Amino acid sequence: MTLKLNYQLMTTQDVRGTLDRLTDEILHANEGRPVVLLGIQRRGVPMAQRMAEMIAKKTGKHPQIGTLDINLYRDDLTRVAFQPVVRKTDLPQDIDDKDVILVDDVLYTGRTIRAALDALCDFGRMRTIQLAVFIDRGHRELPIEANFIGKKISTKDNEVVEVKLMEIDGEDAIYVMEKA
Amino acid sequence: MLKRKDLLGIQELGCDEILEILDTAESLQEISSRPIKKVPTLRGKTVINLFFEASTRTRTSFEIAGKRLSADVVNISASTSSVSKGETLIDTARTLDAMAADCVVIRHSSSGAPATIARMTKAAVINGGDGAHEHPTQALLDALTIRQRKGHLDGLKVAIVGDITHSRVARSNIHLLTKFGSHVWLCSAPTLMPVGVEQMICDNSQFLHTTNSIDEAVADADVIMMLRVQFERMSESFFPSVREYFHYFGLSRARVHLAKQDVIIMHPGPMNRGVEISSEVADGPYSVIFDQVSAGVAVRMSVLYLMLGA
Repeated sequence: MTLKLNYQLMTTQDVRGTLDRLTDEILHANEGRPVVLLGIQRRGVPMAQRMAEMIAKKTGKHPQIGTLDINLYRDDLTRVAFQPVVRKTDLPQDIDDKDVILVDDVLYTGRTIRAALDALCDFGRMRTIQLAVFIDRGHRELPIEANFIGKKISTKDNEVVEVKLMEIDGEDAIYVMEKA
Repeated sequence: MLKRKDLLGIQELGCDEILEILDTAESLQEISSRPIKKVPTLRGKTVINLFFEASTRTRTSFEIAGKRLSADVVNISASTSSVSKGETLIDTARTLDAMAADCVVIRHSSSGAPATIARMTKAAVINGGDGAHEHPTQALLDALTIRQRKGHLDGLKVAIVGDITHSRVARSNIHLLTKFGSHVWLCSAPTLMPVGVEQMICDNSQFLHTTNSIDEAVADADVIMMLRVQFERMSESFFPSVREYFHYFGLSRARVHLAKQDVIIMHPGPMNRGVEISSEVADGPYSVIFDQVSAGVAVRMSVLYLMLGA
């Protein structure tokens, strides 16, 4: 499958500004309560790290962060042709009764988040689980919505939203690609 | 994703496949430290442990690994199965296949038994140790333990000391470590060293050395692997007495000091304390013998996931 560029959705400036706004919204909604930021592998991880640093700057307190790999909880393991690489899951000790923010780059069918919720239930009972995503591109297959959204766009099924982050891709940008 | 139906030995594996197993094992290690030590990944898969030889560690380790991934694990030991009524190995295998097993882990005293079963079944076959041939998951868990302590698998000096003749663990480790460019020093009494072992077919035989002197083997070693003297496989006398064996080939504290400052001492278990290893070394600060056991669960989870996951 080859992808060709349809259009650029966000520039470096937009990416950083949007992350900053998302962070503000999270702080505001949680009214000063400490939150735990959990990045979903892979691009949710650097997103969560950056948001944690922003929160540290704004409030003077560094929030707890963690990483979550959802591949062991996928509902399509026996159906996908390729086998996903399992990356590290590393949650803070004792997240019982905490306010947890799941962080991911793109919200699409909702199945990744379904798997993430299953995974989190194996670690205890959090006070709340909230969801922050960079892009909500529609086409949900499950009753799942995000609490915090960087940008909501309408997309076609044959499009792919590519979030690029410095830590992994060497640039900050978001592109909408089309399957050729 | 392992591009093979079965895991029969290390010899036929590429370095990329070995690294994929180790990397996945490291990701899965975290599951064993959770309050709920279980993920739903292999729900509905059936793993059968078919053991024709005594085993605590390997069988339990596979059973725990399967259960932590939510597979259904069934244990069969030869003494309680129809094998004792005269059923052939192949008929046993076909029977398990007819019950729609997804994976069969087999241990057998004959080299090549897992390969025979693999040809006869649709199920994935994992070699849990066959005769004096291979014990691939043991070498993989040893490699994981070494990599987590040393940070890498290349350029190390690894001494493997003891009953080389009867040891499938030694063979699998020789294949794995020489593939990555570590020097393997085999040491044992001449009676317990296979004739012509230097010509053993491994990818990089220039990395394989032999000696009858344990002092030479362990000098400046990064890793010392002690092997159990396998009395149950010995129909004749290979050495005059256990005391003499320990005197010449046992790992004492004095000998540990010949190795590198940060040496690690390994043993695949079960240990014969006072035969190949002294208690003070087995329980001492350099010993990683129980880390190996933990790594074993992670490596077996990794292998089951990679073979049955998709």
